[in-house]
Amino acid sequence: MTRFLLGRLLGLVAVLFATSLLVFGSVHLAPGDPVSFLLHGRPATPEAVAALRDQYHLDDPLPVQYAKWLGGVLHGDFGRSAQYHQDVGALIGSRLPGTALLIGYAALLVAVLGVTAGVLAALRPGLIDRAVLFGTGVTTATPSFVSAMALVSLFSVRLGWFPGPGGTPQGFGDRLYHLTLPALALALTFAGPLARVTRSAMLDELGRDHVEVARARGVAERSVVRRHVLRNALGPVVTVGGTLLAGLLISTSIVETAFDVSGIGSLLVQSVTAKDFAVVQAITLLSVAAFVVVNLVVDILVPLIDPRLSLHGEGPS
Amino acid sequence: MTLIAPPAADAPGMPRRRPGLRLLRVLGQGPLFTAAVVLLAALVLVAALAPVLSPYDPEALDLASSLVGTTGDHLLGTDQSGRDILSRLMHGARTGLLGPLVVVGVSTVLGTVIGMVAAWRGGWVDAVLSRSMDLVFAVPGLLLAIMLVSVAGPGMTAPVVAMAVAYTPYAGRLVRGLARQEKARPYIESYRVQGWSGRAICLRHLLPNIAPTIFAQSAMNFGYALMDLAALSFLGFGVQPPTADWGAMINEGQSAIQQGAMLPALAPSVCIVLAVVAFGIVGEGLADRIAKRER
Repeated sequence: MTRFLLGRLLGLVAVLFATSLLVFGSVHLAPGDPVSFLLHGRPATPEAVAALRDQYHLDDPLPVQYAKWLGGVLHGDFGRSAQYHQDVGALIGSRLPGTALLIGYAALLVAVLGVTAGVLAALRPGLIDRAVLFGTGVTTATPSFVSAMALVSLFSVRLGWFPGPGGTPQGFGDRLYHLTLPALALALTFAGPLARVTRSAMLDELGRDHVEVARARGVAERSVVRRHVLRNALGPVVTVGGTLLAGLLISTSIVETAFDVSGIGSLLVQSVTAKDFAVVQAITLLSVAAFVVVNLVVDILVPLIDPRLSLHGEGPS
Repeated sequence: MTLIAPPAADAPGMPRRRPGLRLLRVLGQGPLFTAAVVLLAALVLVAALAPVLSPYDPEALDLASSLVGTTGDHLLGTDQSGRDILSRLMHGARTGLLGPLVVVGVSTVLGTVIGMVAAWRGGWVDAVLSRSMDLVFAVPGLLLAIMLVSVAGPGMTAPVVAMAVAYTPYAGRLVRGLARQEKARPYIESYRVQGWSGRAICLRHLLPNIAPTIFAQSAMNFGYALMDLAALSFLGFGVQPPTADWGAMINEGQSAIQQGAMLPALAPSVCIVLAVVAFGIVGEGLADRIAKRER
């Protein structure tokens, strides 16, 4: 276990190091002089140029630049946003709640929709099973921005049940109400794989001897399903669920943009469009970090939930 | 123990494993497979012949006929600028297929070379190549693309390059696994005894044996790449207006939805979903056929 953990931690550090090199190096990869790249058409006043040279330590040799930049990042100093004239860390902090709420809401919907559909499909072979397989096949092939569009045209424009893109929600309840369609758009795309894996894990368990024994002992079908089937099927469900959560972290930028939600993902997209490079660097780095950490946590959790799954498997695929 | 399909992530950017289109497996036999193949063939044909087939210039503005519904003149109506939606769909199929073609082509070739070398050489070469693939695997493709766009500017190039890099480990891991299994088979050793060089065995015997599986996986990855690139175009980072592209059309059609006109965004959405489903069915169907033949 310790060796496994150490290996995974080393891998995590390697990924973060490589990403930081890429994020740092991209300023220098860009065609032309870094200063004019970072200015991107903004007026090159001597103060602005000096501030940039200072922020990116451009007067130092490259390795020193990197070390100083990384040192800043590790202390939470991501520089200043050219677009908002604000500290990047504070800017991201102000947008974090919107994204966190959206991802949490979407993850809840994915779990409820995915597990329910999967359990139904496993317990009701025939029409319901087929319907679930077909439905999840289609929703999985539907990108979240397409679901977003479909949901807006149906529930917002046609039926008027939910607010459309934009708007400034007041209070927590209203905020959730505004986030319902965005969360659903994300959840529709991500619930399919969870439903499918729940279904097949349940079917695996349903065919096992201990389930037959429990049934023969006269245990009620409800608790056979809950205690003997669902519980044992949990390992694969959690593995896929975690992978999907990591995917949600990345896909949120698309849905936030489609629904004009004020969050980190929409901030990233705006910042790329507005050439606000310090913000792009910070969000890229943080997103990769969040992505690998979630994947690591899943890898640690799964053997704890289901000890039958070995730690020393050949790895994914 | 394979819980889910090996490679392939949603919605854009869900590396590690993409459990996605395995769902379509159950549909991947019989008439649906045929229908999917016919649909894809038709799509390729339309894309190739778009300039001849399309009734209008896809970029011709006609503000007088903005948001016209389905009529005899405009079978799928027009968008807000009065451009014919059917013509834009037909031309959009070109960018829609070309981008994923480059992504899948480049990543499959790179992945095949890396995977075969890793499997054949083993030892430290394998270790270095495998760890490098793990590293790329850990960075979501969508994020890599956005990063690259922020440096190189919007357009097809940056997203396609980023996705080709991001998809390489999917192919690489698959090929490495397949080649390792194949390498352990007796026929490889017998060629070696006969004095064949490693490179010749790999290219003339090993690769042809694993190629069908690689091809089946590429078909599925094609659908995912199409989704990812459409998402980037939707965000405004890919194909630039006024060029017709499905993802960009959905972006442009968003404001029309608020005015109650669904077609400008709905039509390209249907195209994307149909294409992705069809590629999934074909990929799964091929994989099934290969599995059956080997049994």
